[in-house]
Amino acid sequence: MSVRIHVRVNGVDYHHDVEPRTLLVQYLRDTLRLTGTHIGCDTSSCGACTIHVNGKAAKSCTMLAVQADGCEITTIEGLSNGIELHPLQEGFRECHGLQCGFCTPGMIMTAADLLQHNPNPGESDIRHALEGNFCRCTGYHNIVKSVQYAAEKMQAVQQNKKEVAA
Amino acid sequence: MSTTNGWIGKSVKRVEDKRFITGKGNYTDDIVLPHQTYASFVRSPYAHARILSVDTSAAAAMPGVVAIFTGKDVAEVNGVPCGWLLHFKNGDPMKEPKHPLLVTDKALHVGDAVAIVIAESAAEAKDAAEVVMVDYEELPAVTDAFKATQAGASLVHDDAPNNICFDWTLGNPIEEVDAAIAASAHVTTLEFVNQRMVPNAIEPRAYNSSYEASTDKYTLYTSTQNPHLIRLLMCAFVLGIPEHKVRVVGPDVGGGFGSKIFHYTEEALLTWATRKIGRPVKWTSTRSESFLLDAHGRDHITKADMGFDKDGKITALRVKTYANLGAYLSTFASCVPTYLHGTLLQGLYTTPKINVDVTAVFTNTCVVDAYRGAGRPEATYLLERLVDLAALELNTDPVELRMKNFIPPFDGITQPGYQTQVALQYDSGNYQGVLKKGIEMLGYADLRKAQKEAAANGRLLGIGISTYIEACGIAPSAVVGSLGARAGLYEVGQVRIQPTGKVSVYTGAHSHGQGHETTFAQVVADKFGIPMEDVEIIHGDSEAVAFGMGTYGSRSLAVGGSAIVKSIEKIIEKGKKIAAHKLEASEGDVNFENGKFTVKGTDKSVSFGDVALTAYVPHHYPKDLEPGLDFSSFYDPANFTYPFGCHIAVVEVEKETGKVHLKRFVAVDDVGNIINPMIVEGQIHGGLAQGIGQALFEGADYDENGQLTNGSYMDYCMPRADDFPMFETASQVTPCPHNPLGVKGAGEAGAIGSTPAVVNAVIDALWSAGHKVKDIRMPMTSERVWRAMQS
Repeated sequence: MSVRIHVRVNGVDYHHDVEPRTLLVQYLRDTLRLTGTHIGCDTSSCGACTIHVNGKAAKSCTMLAVQADGCEITTIEGLSNGIELHPLQEGFRECHGLQCGFCTPGMIMTAADLLQHNPNPGESDIRHALEGNFCRCTGYHNIVKSVQYAAEKMQAVQQNKKEVAA
Repeated sequence: MSTTNGWIGKSVKRVEDKRFITGKGNYTDDIVLPHQTYASFVRSPYAHARILSVDTSAAAAMPGVVAIFTGKDVAEVNGVPCGWLLHFKNGDPMKEPKHPLLVTDKALHVGDAVAIVIAESAAEAKDAAEVVMVDYEELPAVTDAFKATQAGASLVHDDAPNNICFDWTLGNPIEEVDAAIAASAHVTTLEFVNQRMVPNAIEPRAYNSSYEASTDKYTLYTSTQNPHLIRLLMCAFVLGIPEHKVRVVGPDVGGGFGSKIFHYTEEALLTWATRKIGRPVKWTSTRSESFLLDAHGRDHITKADMGFDKDGKITALRVKTYANLGAYLSTFASCVPTYLHGTLLQGLYTTPKINVDVTAVFTNTCVVDAYRGAGRPEATYLLERLVDLAALELNTDPVELRMKNFIPPFDGITQPGYQTQVALQYDSGNYQGVLKKGIEMLGYADLRKAQKEAAANGRLLGIGISTYIEACGIAPSAVVGSLGARAGLYEVGQVRIQPTGKVSVYTGAHSHGQGHETTFAQVVADKFGIPMEDVEIIHGDSEAVAFGMGTYGSRSLAVGGSAIVKSIEKIIEKGKKIAAHKLEASEGDVNFENGKFTVKGTDKSVSFGDVALTAYVPHHYPKDLEPGLDFSSFYDPANFTYPFGCHIAVVEVEKETGKVHLKRFVAVDDVGNIINPMIVEGQIHGGLAQGIGQALFEGADYDENGQLTNGSYMDYCMPRADDFPMFETASQVTPCPHNPLGVKGAGEAGAIGSTPAVVNAVIDALWSAGHKVKDIRMPMTSERVWRAMQS
């Protein structure tokens, strides 16, 4: 038995028949071949599969694909327009916030959620927000700096927009 | 050699990052081949059990099932080998029981594979694996390395009496060491466990193997740290298939930390199975399987005595260790507790008498092998715990005690290397320098005052120091061969100049986070005086790269980078011949600098690109010179490299709960010359988190039945972002005297020095409040620290 779903992923509409037990992350990786979202565990602990569902960070291994029916989804592939990098992507590169890169997409998507509702987070805010994302390579030090870099850059852009508007 | 173009020593942003931050990385599980099938395993739920029967008939009838194989089907295939042969003290070879691809008679640890189910989808494979019926007769299990050697313990392998794989000793004769300890004014004794660690690369292991009948060729995509070594072991030792018919590719790999060095049974089994079914077979480990099967690290039970004379000089060190190897011998298992551990027990000290005795033991647990640092963290933990504890016992300052016992500085050029009592000769060192810098950064004297004030106010502040030395860039081949290695430990570097002057570099090293695509390109661009974007680093594909030994033991730059430099030198030498011909000068008058060949005393020059083109379009070309500009080199180092450093932890312990708060962490590391400071610092950070993780959070717990009781992220305490302060790091540079780049290696340093620093800090905090405890078992949970305070 399969169930028809309709999702909008990175701005593109998809209609697919999926097995009810299919996890959202499996649908994204196997059906849509969006392999930037990773699977690092089987207990919703590591955060490598973090994406945005209707604008909020969600662990896509903890949702069934059928639960995403009618949802707007953003994955790492859709975070930037493909030409310019998102400030977080830029921050991770500038601050050496990644090594093997496996946790990076989930880390960036979680951080993007944080910056949406806390544009000026302190070090402890960032560390707390990233608690559900494991990184084994960086010791988190440069990830914290990467998020700080992005926050500053995004604030500067906002400030600039305001000044231009005024 | 050209002068630098400034690439070496710069924190160049990584060229590999673009694909990772945009979700375009290509890891093994991302690869789907035409007609792909998927595997799932039937694994023993018991640590030790006789297999009475296996019934696959119901599973075979499940939807989507393509094939099921059991141990009987692969009984004729060899097991996976161990790459390092050790001998008992009496000269007998170590016990090497077969490590079969699938077990037939007995399962020896939880997770041992009984059958493989291959189906059209991963879900169907898993569904079918669940209905394979296996009758087990559970047998008693052993999990503790010491208890396993005692009379009456159940045997893991019938032909390994007392579960002993081998025993081994190194250093001065034990009688001499016993006498020196007995004659010492003070002896510090410590019995401790260096607990078992789960490596936990965030990418689970994954393999995808395929066979092309028309060409009789196999391709294995594998999440490995060393594709060529996997090919060699799998072809020559396990499957007996010709090596040139197998391509092994390690694409993007999501972290290794040692656990992806080894040749695992699943790699060989999938490669065997793909030919049987004529379709590609893929398997990706679940995290639960990773916990049960990815080679664990550490797991030593140790008793050590360190003697001191009346002036605080170390007189002798005596070490007895039981090292747990798990149920089988993993690829490097036998050398980790011996040649990577015993040989490091000189540490940074002038200890005149040292003896180490190791008993390596089989148990009904996951195999144990190299995990970030591999043996060297165990040695460092032992030494630095003893020295700090001795300082407390002798009521002397731990900095002074270390300074008094350090080997004096030596550069390895004008002063000779330092010959230890335990076989190694250190290359160059300035151990006083890193400790001095560390305590300066910390503000040591002020902190000691603050500690006293805190104690007076009922607060427990602790300062823990650790200094370390490690042996990296493992080599030379002749030496490791004499110690039992069954492979050489050189590296291969090929530099191919394209006709347009662009450069393709093929290295046998493998990057799984280390950033070789950047660092190696910096070296090449610097030496040729060309833009970095003109250089491409190719690694991880046995079909592209001639050969390689892979990446582990912090060896990539020291050994792999040196091989590349050798090829660069050959290219410049040939380039000079071509340039001399073009410029109508004698070869001896040609210089190469900043990307140009020039003639001494003239303004004549020809660019690197022009020489490259001439090499491939040799219309006007020196007689007797072959066209082309492409060289390959094997570099076999003269010695190991010996990075060292000083790590200091500051903790506050909650009196009421025993909770440890890590307040500061200072690390001064000397890894020789540095190509990219940003990447080196990143390597240190990651190592620190793993080392601190061992001290405070992590550890595999097997119960007496051999069940891993914390085999998931819900149970195993992984270090998280909010467990750490910002690290305070600095470098000292003492170049390696024996490789062309002067580099020593930075991959493992952080994980080696940090663990004892944190434990020492907690012990120090407790002593400041009068709790004179000698040891707290790691991980130092609140409960363990609280109990220590109540004793």
